[in-house]
Amino acid sequence: MKFLSDKALERLRGAETPDLAGTRYRLLERIARGGMGVVYTAEDEHLQRRVALKVLDVPGTDGDLANRLNREARVLAALEHPGIVPVHDVGTLADGRVFYTMKFVEGKRLDKFIESVASMPDRLRIFLRICDAVAFAHARGVLHRDLKPANIMVGPFGEVLVMDWGLAKILREEASNRVREADPQATIFEKPKQTNIASDTTELSVVTGHGTVMGTPGYMSPEQARGDVQHLDARSDIFSLGALLRFLLSGKPEVASIPDGHRLDKSLAAICAKATEAAPVERYPNVQEMARDVSRYLDGLAVGAHRESIFEKARRFYRRYRFFILLIAAYLAMRVLILLLLHR
Amino acid sequence: MTQEEVQPGGDRFPPTRRSVVEAVRSIDAEERERALQALCAAYWKPVYKYVRLRWNRPADQAQDLTQGFFLEVLERELLEQFDPHKGRLRTYLRVCVDSFVSNEAKAGRRQKRGGTVLHVALDFAGAEQELGATVIDPAAIPAPESLEDLFEKEWLRSLFALAVEDLHELCVARERERTFRLFESYDLEGNDKTSYEQLSKEYGISVADVTNALAWARREFRRIALERLRELCGSEEEFQREARAAFGWDAK
Repeated sequence: MKFLSDKALERLRGAETPDLAGTRYRLLERIARGGMGVVYTAEDEHLQRRVALKVLDVPGTDGDLANRLNREARVLAALEHPGIVPVHDVGTLADGRVFYTMKFVEGKRLDKFIESVASMPDRLRIFLRICDAVAFAHARGVLHRDLKPANIMVGPFGEVLVMDWGLAKILREEASNRVREADPQATIFEKPKQTNIASDTTELSVVTGHGTVMGTPGYMSPEQARGDVQHLDARSDIFSLGALLRFLLSGKPEVASIPDGHRLDKSLAAICAKATEAAPVERYPNVQEMARDVSRYLDGLAVGAHRESIFEKARRFYRRYRFFILLIAAYLAMRVLILLLLHR
Repeated sequence: MTQEEVQPGGDRFPPTRRSVVEAVRSIDAEERERALQALCAAYWKPVYKYVRLRWNRPADQAQDLTQGFFLEVLERELLEQFDPHKGRLRTYLRVCVDSFVSNEAKAGRRQKRGGTVLHVALDFAGAEQELGATVIDPAAIPAPESLEDLFEKEWLRSLFALAVEDLHELCVARERERTFRLFESYDLEGNDKTSYEQLSKEYGISVADVTNALAWARREFRRIALERLRELCGSEEEFQREARAAFGWDAK
């Protein structure tokens, strides 16, 4: 039996870990595994900061996986937004594996974080921030295609980041323009700069191909589940956002009731239902419309997804102006009391 | 980054080997024998080195005690008394070694055992060479807690050495001897200055070929080592814990 030196032992313990020789990074620990590869934390020795390093399992720079990882890095680089994790670097390691580094987000996954957020308005505000990031990506012509609680991180200062753009689909230029034309006010940030990511459509079709099903059951739109990749548009992500909203409100993507047995508010249930309609044409046409409905609900206004009865209108009116209504009621009660006392 | 779901069919290795703890309870005598030989192959060297250092025994006594211990494991069916829910097999065996050596010392004799035979070749001279000296300096004997670490480290060394042997056999069977030589040159004998480029020149192949060969060898090594590790654990929980200790992270 061959004797293994301590050095050999250390190397073998790190078998399959990326060989970072010749790079500015030092490996720290593995934090996640996905379908394509593994995510580690690493230290950038030049800038002395911690980064997340995503690396493929297998070497090679021209395979499908390498193309996907490179494309994911380019998508992230093109989506400069506070709600989307920024990419720092991309390259190939000494062991031939393609990698990219990005900001290391110290926070909690949404599904874990939400356990500590009891207030429904707070949950809705988190949802609106997710919508901001997704709307921005759509305005840039990028679909996420895997929106789910596990892919949303909430940082220690409340920052909300949409992660894992590995399944992102880059829409054709004209489709991207159509998203913008649908609502000129769609992008709430600066006008998108010219990017070259739209030219990657062909590459994407090679990678995913028509009929390939990728996504997460429960959050994946029916058309995505059918593998109808060519016809996916922003409304597919809207379906996922609807399931995500339902999860935020009920803890499950598909059941419209909250754990303590109370019924979900009809307006919110209607927003979820409209977003998750089986037919894309029945859903919100874009993320902004959906976010607007959620904002209106938060402001105590009627939402577009739900036609209220008189009773519901009155109840909402009462909720919104409860203070003034109670003040007037108290005033009137006092007046009546005074009149009664005077006429005795 | 997000804690992504573990994808099915990732690098999880197939559970092809049965745990020795289960196998020794088998009604099939051959399976029991195989399990015990597997245990002996992985543990004899750590046990020998542990007896030499922890019990400060000269080489000839340590050899007798090591052989005696494994015969005792066979004869007294010590493995059948191990409860995987109470601890790790490795810790149990180390405690058994301590108890065995202590009892032997109290009895002041070496028991003669008959009938049972160990079929594993025990290269004590090689183990002695690894220890670096034939006489142990009492001052150099580490503290008890670091002796536990030593036992663990030697056990890992033994496990990996067996996995390297298996990998070599696999490479020979698949006519990939060059791959094994590359693996040997870079991962087993290489230093920090050894580079893929240097190996590509030395072997007259492209850097990409070196990269692919090393990636394959490492993947296979890890698979084999985990397979052997699974065999030497009493439960899935123990296996996961040991795999994390051996490779730094989950075996999934």
